[in-house]
Amino acid sequence: MSFVTRGFRGRRRDQELGARLPPGQYLVDGFPVLSAGPTPRTPLSEWTFTITGEVDQPKQWTWEELRALPSETVTRDIHCVTKWSKLDTVWEGVSVDTLLAGVETAAEYVMAFSDGGYTTNLPLEDVTGGKAWVAFAYDSEPLQPEHGGPARLLVPHLYFWKSAKWVRGLRLMAEDAPGFWETYGYHMYGDPWREQRYSGD
Amino acid sequence: MRSVVLAVPEWPGHLAGQHVDVRLTAEDGYQAQRSYSIASPPDDKERLALTVERLDDGEVSPYLVDELRPGDQLEFRGPIGGYFVWDVAQRGPLFLIAGGSGICPLMAMIRHRAAVADAVPARLLYSSRSFADVIYREELDRLAAGGDGLEVVHTLTRAQPEGWNGHSRRIDAKMLEEVGWAPAERPLAFVCGPTPLVEAVARALVDLGHEAGRVKTERFGPTGG
Amino acid sequence: MDESQLRLDGNAAAGMLQEIFVQEMTAARGACASCGRVADMGAQHLYMYPHAPGAVLRCNGCECVLMVVVRDGGRRRFGMQGLTWLEMREPIQTG
Repeated sequence: MSFVTRGFRGRRRDQELGARLPPGQYLVDGFPVLSAGPTPRTPLSEWTFTITGEVDQPKQWTWEELRALPSETVTRDIHCVTKWSKLDTVWEGVSVDTLLAGVETAAEYVMAFSDGGYTTNLPLEDVTGGKAWVAFAYDSEPLQPEHGGPARLLVPHLYFWKSAKWVRGLRLMAEDAPGFWETYGYHMYGDPWREQRYSGD
Repeated sequence: MRSVVLAVPEWPGHLAGQHVDVRLTAEDGYQAQRSYSIASPPDDKERLALTVERLDDGEVSPYLVDELRPGDQLEFRGPIGGYFVWDVAQRGPLFLIAGGSGICPLMAMIRHRAAVADAVPARLLYSSRSFADVIYREELDRLAAGGDGLEVVHTLTRAQPEGWNGHSRRIDAKMLEEVGWAPAERPLAFVCGPTPLVEAVARALVDLGHEAGRVKTERFGPTGG
Repeated sequence: MDESQLRLDGNAAAGMLQEIFVQEMTAARGACASCGRVADMGAQHLYMYPHAPGAVLRCNGCECVLMVVVRDGGRRRFGMQGLTWLEMREPIQTG
């Protein structure tokens, strides 16, 4: 092997929680902020969430309309591709199932799109069936801008780059297409348990 | 803070302001990498000094400050950087503005200027939280007292010692105007430190009329390296 | 948190860029394809690991994406669609 630094141990894996950590991940205490660009600041009066693309009729909600929808509080583990994981994070949001209720589509994929131009692609079945939310609160507080507020997509069973911050909608697509990080080599699906970080993994 | 001095046989030399990328590898192959400015001047042959601030939640700095021992080997890449560099041939006047550990690359410039005994006018405006937080304080006092045209101005933003009659606030446009040169003198400015300080200072200098191309910045991120 | 704390400047990507371009890139100049602004790459806004899954260099005027670099264990992928042109200088003489 190449050079090994004497006495350097790197991050420790907590052995008891090892079973809850996907391969290659370590636990963090805080909530790291990762960003590919400046924090958007859309006023709530202008904010909308849109379902568009391969649908007969696009749907749109204002902030008030979104908040009037039934929401739920969920506790989930989250896993970032940069190797940190956080267990038992508590979120409140509207289930994507609620947003897609009554939407007729033959599409099998979605592109989540956000303020600032960020996009990420997911199979439709990975944002339905109780697996995804548009989350507006974290740890019982309104979601802070640096963590994606006012609302972000939350898809905890996939690497957290799929949980698009500052989400403004979902575009339904017939075919899969790469979003921002996927275009530059990140995995199209992103299952932390199969360590699908990069295309070809 | 800890000064890590490395002996580097056949080091090709560097320019003041450049940095190295230090990489640590654990036995299981796990790697962590961070950049550190070279604090020693290019005039010190085959010897590199890095000044490392220990961050509690850091991955590399706790190793470099707590664990590294004389005789250990360190893997790094460099020298790196061509934008934030100064050599006496670039002349001045030289306006150096530092916040906290942002002093490190600027110290290489100051030491280089002293090593070649060049009297190009140079001023350092250095922001620290308190007197005890001033890095290289004695060396800066000594160089400033040397009478070769280096002036050092401190501002202590959180706590000042008894009898302190220097600046006691964050660097702002008024302080930059008082301490620095007029735009007509076309100083070469190097600003280094935490991102918010660097951005505020760079913007203020341009607003005061300095050419954007003569204001160079190095942002250390939130905690300064 | 002050959002500006999340960004570095292009200097911090110098090592990574040097691996791709062989020569020192942060003193290179580029023109933003979106707003036309010309600046040294070292002065542009950089969002990078550990603050992002890859390196995103953005125009320090309009924040449009200039360049993206993603590295995994074995490969590097590089996108430069946000630059109209990139002008490199002669290698720095050191020593």
